[in-house]
Amino acid sequence: MASVVGIFSHSSVSVPVKDKKLLEVKLGELPSWILMRDFSPSGIFGAFQRGYYRYYNKYINVKKGSISGITMVLACYVLFSYSFSYKHLKHERLRKYH
Amino acid sequence: MNENLFASFIAPTILGLPAAVLTILFPPLLIPTSKYLINNRLITTQQWLIKLTSKQMMTMHNTKGRTWSLMLVSLIIFIATTNLLGLLPHSFTPTTQLSMNLAMAIPLWAGTVIMGFRSKIKNALAHFLPQGTPTPLIPMLVIIETISLLIQPMALAVRLTANITAGHLLMHLIGSATLAMSTINLPSTLIIFTILILLTILEIAVALIQAYVFTLLVSLYLHDNT
Repeated sequence: MASVVGIFSHSSVSVPVKDKKLLEVKLGELPSWILMRDFSPSGIFGAFQRGYYRYYNKYINVKKGSISGITMVLACYVLFSYSFSYKHLKHERLRKYH
Repeated sequence: MNENLFASFIAPTILGLPAAVLTILFPPLLIPTSKYLINNRLITTQQWLIKLTSKQMMTMHNTKGRTWSLMLVSLIIFIATTNLLGLLPHSFTPTTQLSMNLAMAIPLWAGTVIMGFRSKIKNALAHFLPQGTPTPLIPMLVIIETISLLIQPMALAVRLTANITAGHLLMHLIGSATLAMSTINLPSTLIIFTILILLTILEIAVALIQAYVFTLLVSLYLHDNT
């Protein structure tokens, strides 16, 4: 993901690209690339914001957005909650001995 | 069976920190905002729905009551989306927790009452005595009306909690009954499965209706007090 500053909601916002994208980093450079990332609270919030707008502009903010834009989010939500409640659910399996 | 029947109502935690906060913060991600007049399909449908419900709800208030319109519309959207998201499998519904519903009901009700007492104190106190009561009955009736006023926030919170919790529990029970009967007797499994489908349709309706009822009652209390 390109390292950008500022609000990244559409492409006409001009931002300086500081760094290489993840897919262009060579495997040996991976630890130093990870250490160069901005892990401050505002950096993490910026990462979430960029991720949100990336999904939003690709699937929802289009002329003929379909229902799959939102059902993908709901499916991920279901999987996420399943992983949370796995601890309680594993006692309910159909096994002879628990 | 007894322990894991209620396991889905435990507030989820990550290493002791409440993850229920994340669950409460999730619905706003599904409702985007926009600064343009013509938007994508998602925003257009949502704006149309919000316009419909806000017009329906706020026509009966006067100018002073309409200052509450943002609060009431966001309340109904929050409760409706939270209840509907709770119908997805394995998800956690924050409105099943009495603590959250009390936190929603008590400040809103107290706000309407205090607003009434501040502006028109005689009208607010006049609610305590219905017109045309025989004189000997007055003390008892004042006590009864006071109790019915003080019980309003409790009723709001407990109504929402009980309805949503009961619906979820019933779906759990009938779902596990369907699974258990599937190995024993196939026709009765189909009957129970039909009951499950009907119950799911009911739950969708209940989710929306409860949101509506909560908001309607708050707006009614507001109407009394403006």
